[in-house]
Amino acid sequence: MRTGLSEKTQSTVSAVDVSSRTDEPVQLLTPEGVRTESVEYDSWVEDLSDDDLLGLYQDMVVVRRFDNEATALQRQGQLGLWPPSLGQEAAQIGSARALRKEDFVFTSYREHGVAYVRGVRLEDMTRVWRGTANSGWDPFTVNMATPAVIIGAQTLHATGYAMGVQRDGADSVAVAYFGDGATSQGDVNEAMIFAASFKAPVIFFCQNNQWAISEPVGVQTVRPIADRAPGFGIPSIRVDGNDVLAVMAAMRVALERARTGGGATFIEAVTYRMGPHTTSDDPSRYEDLTEREEWAAKDPIQRLERYLDQLGLLTDEARASVKAAEDDAAKRFRAACIALEDPEPMTIFDNVYAEPHSGLERQKREYAAYLSYVEGGTR
Amino acid sequence: MTQMTLSKAIGAGLRRALQDDDHVLLMGEDIGELGGVFRVTDGLKHEFGPERVIDTPLAESGIVGTAIGLAFRGYRAVCEIQFDGFIYPAFDQIVAQVAKLHARTRGAVTVPLTLRVPYGGAIGSVEHHSESPEAYFAHTAGLRVVTPSTPQDAYSMIRMAIASNDPVIYFEPKRRYWSKGEVDLEAVPLPLDKARIVREGTDVTLIAYGPLVATALDAAEAATDEGISIEVIDLRSLSPIDFDTIEDSVNKTGRVVIVHEAAQFGGLGGEIAAVVTDRCFYSLEAPPQRVTGLNVPYPPAKLEDHFVPDLDRMLDAVDRVMGRENSLTGWSAR
Ligand SMILES: Cc1ncc(C[n+]2csc(CCOP(=O)(O)OP(=O)(O)O)c2C)c(N)n1
Ligand SMILES: [Mg+2]
Repeated sequence: MRTGLSEKTQSTVSAVDVSSRTDEPVQLLTPEGVRTESVEYDSWVEDLSDDDLLGLYQDMVVVRRFDNEATALQRQGQLGLWPPSLGQEAAQIGSARALRKEDFVFTSYREHGVAYVRGVRLEDMTRVWRGTANSGWDPFTVNMATPAVIIGAQTLHATGYAMGVQRDGADSVAVAYFGDGATSQGDVNEAMIFAASFKAPVIFFCQNNQWAISEPVGVQTVRPIADRAPGFGIPSIRVDGNDVLAVMAAMRVALERARTGGGATFIEAVTYRMGPHTTSDDPSRYEDLTEREEWAAKDPIQRLERYLDQLGLLTDEARASVKAAEDDAAKRFRAACIALEDPEPMTIFDNVYAEPHSGLERQKREYAAYLSYVEGGTR
Repeated sequence: MTQMTLSKAIGAGLRRALQDDDHVLLMGEDIGELGGVFRVTDGLKHEFGPERVIDTPLAESGIVGTAIGLAFRGYRAVCEIQFDGFIYPAFDQIVAQVAKLHARTRGAVTVPLTLRVPYGGAIGSVEHHSESPEAYFAHTAGLRVVTPSTPQDAYSMIRMAIASNDPVIYFEPKRRYWSKGEVDLEAVPLPLDKARIVREGTDVTLIAYGPLVATALDAAEAATDEGISIEVIDLRSLSPIDFDTIEDSVNKTGRVVIVHEAAQFGGLGGEIAAVVTDRCFYSLEAPPQRVTGLNVPYPPAKLEDHFVPDLDRMLDAVDRVMGRENSLTGWSAR
């Protein structure tokens, strides 16, 4: 069920008229799970089979499950920190499932759903948060850079990657994932300028989850975030980020544009951070919980579930198989996390440079001497 | 006198500055409603209002750059950079603008801004949350750089930093935020640019600042078991450095060990060692020694104990300057 979705290849990008975009986010599934009609976007998801729909559902359920497991592991002292992706599953799964394997993704720290879809192993997702490594995986094995903690930095990396793709004459696309808060950083705005000037095949995928730690999105922008990109010369789409179908449709539009020489697209996925910023955060100090309750009614998983139910796809068998998948993911996630071993002390000197560095070599030998001295028990 | 944590003491200093001068403003990410991720500014937004305690957009260059403009207009901004590792987007505004405006304008413009930066490691955090970037700023002419190690200094020094007509980078030893001490809100403070001898001794001068002062004091205490008397200096100011106090101490002890969490190469320890060698050459019984962070990116949490100097590494350096057996006895680099 998790196999790649068939690639949409339409040449009707211009059918999406960006100039007449309204502030209402694109929606294909209402919170009640009713499939609404969209002249512009319907065709972009009409190829999805029943299995594809069930696959999207299972992805979201699995991601939510291991994300919750990670929060629990942090509470139990097994992880130092965890930034939950709770509530943002549709934005992440819908967008990432639209990609080809050879596309390349640059994310921030909350994109566990994207990482999952890219094929990042569960234990690799836990390394940074358990404190055993500064990054979890080799970017080239999954075509996904390891997460950027410095807000916004990765948007420039994605743009540069896209400039490389352009020079190679390839039709891959680079995707930058970032938050609403990140849109205030110079780097993000500079990335849009580079992308526009060079018509780079990059997608700016902003998950507007309404918060940057304690700051509501209104601190970062006085207009819908999607309104900013057109000023840079980049068309934008404002999409219901809790609607996996709408997100996928928007992403496919953007991908098609990028692959066919049309350059960058900015997607604002309007969603909500249903958990704390990280496990260290205490939202009760700043968040009005009635707002969160309103968003709970627009839950991305529930919405798709209702739709699938209407289609009669959620048979007992289907439910059982999703349940088995999520149980298995949670179990594997926990086991992988706990099994991670602390790194060897001397690895602290590894990979600082790609070539020998005499200064570091000397310090390394001194420190080795120190370690054997203290391990010898003299000090 | 009141007992308070170091973080509360900074908050008390900020409150006092806001009360005393209505041109003092606080700016930063999450400093208002949340009170900062470390709660240093807890309650200040409610007390002084959102016009004076400002939750800014998420942009460090923006925070520092607009603080400069506010300075042109007579405001004294106190900017919080949420963590050490997030200061770099503002690096250009700090080193190319804040530091140089006064000189560039031949004294016409002063930039009395204060930059509060929680710094240092050993808190078990992820990348970019444990750095010690002080040398970049101490290296830059036009910036004063200070760091307190006790609640009393935290309180007095933030007030002096804000009152200063120069830009001051005020590094907060974040792992000591919760350490408690007596704070006298009316104390007459030691000047901002003076070091303090926090423990007297006769054999070795141990120079520390910020988070490592407490560790240095522990090391000095432990050394008494071995009959070694260590004098501990808390630098307090990293630009300028109070070399007179250092010189007097080293002339007395004849031995010096300098400790900091920042990487050794290009760190302040090198500057201090050079000045000590120059000024105290004929008193020195041994080459100055440094105990510092390693010349590597700050490691993941599970390895940080190998990066951040601890008591044992400090005492090993003390053994070196004392000519006692140590980790490098008989060791050769070649
Ligand atoms: C340059 C920089 N400044 C500050 C921070 C501290 N910080 C971490 S996450 C965050 C908020 C980010 O908000 P947003 O971009 O909306 O992403 P979200 O956390 O909501 O996914 C801040 C201020 C940082 N990581 N990097
Ligand atoms: Mg956000």
